[in-house]
Amino acid sequence: MIWSKEETLSRKEIEALQLSRLQETVKRVYEKVAPYRAKMDAAGVRPEDIKCLADLAKLPFVTKQDMRDNYPFGLFAVPKDDLVRIHASSGTTGKPTVVGYTENDLKMWTECVSRIACMGGATKKDVAQICFGYGMFTGALGLHYGLENIGAAIVPSSTGNSEKQIMYMKDFETTLLVATPSYALRLAEVARELGVDPKKDLKVKIGLVGSEMLTDAMRAEMHKCWGDEMLITSNYGMSELMGPGVSGECEYMDGMHINEDYFIPEIIDPVTGEVLPEGEKGELVITCIKKEGLPLIRYRTKDITRLTYAPCKCGRTFCRMENLSGRSDDMLKIRGVNVFPSQIEEVILGFDELGPHYEIVVERDGYLDKLTVRVELAHSTDSFAELERLAADVKGRLKTMLGVDAKVKLESPNTLQRFEGKAKRVKDLRSK
Amino acid sequence: MFAKQLSVFIENRQGRLGEVLNVLKDNGVNILSLSLADTTEYGLLRLIVSDPESGKERLAEAGFSSILSDVLIIEIPHTAGSLQGLLKSIETAGVNVEYMYGLSIEAERAYVVLKASDLQAAATAIEAYGVKTVTREQLSSM
Repeated sequence: MIWSKEETLSRKEIEALQLSRLQETVKRVYEKVAPYRAKMDAAGVRPEDIKCLADLAKLPFVTKQDMRDNYPFGLFAVPKDDLVRIHASSGTTGKPTVVGYTENDLKMWTECVSRIACMGGATKKDVAQICFGYGMFTGALGLHYGLENIGAAIVPSSTGNSEKQIMYMKDFETTLLVATPSYALRLAEVARELGVDPKKDLKVKIGLVGSEMLTDAMRAEMHKCWGDEMLITSNYGMSELMGPGVSGECEYMDGMHINEDYFIPEIIDPVTGEVLPEGEKGELVITCIKKEGLPLIRYRTKDITRLTYAPCKCGRTFCRMENLSGRSDDMLKIRGVNVFPSQIEEVILGFDELGPHYEIVVERDGYLDKLTVRVELAHSTDSFAELERLAADVKGRLKTMLGVDAKVKLESPNTLQRFEGKAKRVKDLRSK
Repeated sequence: MFAKQLSVFIENRQGRLGEVLNVLKDNGVNILSLSLADTTEYGLLRLIVSDPESGKERLAEAGFSSILSDVLIIEIPHTAGSLQGLLKSIETAGVNVEYMYGLSIEAERAYVVLKASDLQAAATAIEAYGVKTVTREQLSSM
């Protein structure tokens, strides 16, 4: 089922709607938000310069740093009186980023999440258990209002106390689970420890997962735990833009439909900032065109994906973004090719002969970038032929995955550095 | 019939070979023979030792990746042409020798360590040829 008629507008109608909303938003922020006016003046662009959608590229980007620099309400486009809700990010590195909603913003948010929930199979018959942390985090309340709007019965169980979560699931006959993919796996584990088989003893048939990257491997793992017939879709959003509801997968699971009547997506080269053509992978940039409280323009999400405007089998016409493949903060540019440590990790984890630790070294050899991947040999061999074959296999798979040549260096176990916190696996020795 | 060889993976870095030898020394593991082969990146140290299992464990604790594999230790007469004759018998049996190194030389006899593509077939060929292989038990008294 499709929730709103907007989701099936023709491309022409979508673009007309986007342009008028964009022009209105740009004009409003230029008038009301001093940091925006300063940025636009510095870039030599005025609201009346936005004559078509392609003119969007003339506008300056907004980053998380801009939000921190204007903490807490500096980028808001409405007086504080008009706000009805304030959320904030955890702010693990520096000041939290603060977001505010007017009454209309909350309505729009509810609408966006209702569409995404509907795409993921939710109906008014569902008992929806929301295992996202309630609080300043936008995830839980976003899904909460959207699902409630659809008419589902909400179980706001939040995170933690996993044994009780399983009890609610069993006794309330929960049919829909909202969680991160990793928490969904953890819950299945807890259920089994309690002697509850999620496939037989529970009635969960829909999973709306988000706030973490959902890889194919993770989805397959979830099916193993929760049953093959469970419909698991991922959805995307971030508090800066609204919260969950920016985009979501339909039952065909071939990319997440972006609510294009509220958000304009672009893909840029994270290094040059240049807009990339359809289908190319790069950093997702989002412009909010209907928000009142905090209408961010060209917000750099740092998430890496690609877009397609091809029609979807579900009948929706909104453009789709591929499931995320990394963060631009981690991206390396090797001989002009974008390389993500997560891709290298995926290759290494595929070899039983290698340990899970690795180090990526990038050097400059003359004018050429040189990529070396250091890996630990988990099991030795007494044959050079085998070592060479292993190194060649790893190299071959890296080449297929990355599109660039990498040198593979086999090391003894425990040679590479171990990390307790966030691992630093990349050594970029090129002088910037 | 087969003896155990301990093969250790070592990066080509100064001092790595010494570290392996230190671990073996500190744990009283005696080396009867060794062969060291290398590429530009790494080397394989192949050892015949008094206690291969404990050698492997101690090396693993010290961060070395090693493996135990079966090899043949063959006793041949200490005369010209005896090794050539031995190899011929193996080749005739259609078995490929992967590597080989000397273990010890006495007045009458010499011992060689041999790894072949099909160790069992090599052992059968050697037996038919009329030379003896050294068992693990015999090795510990050498």
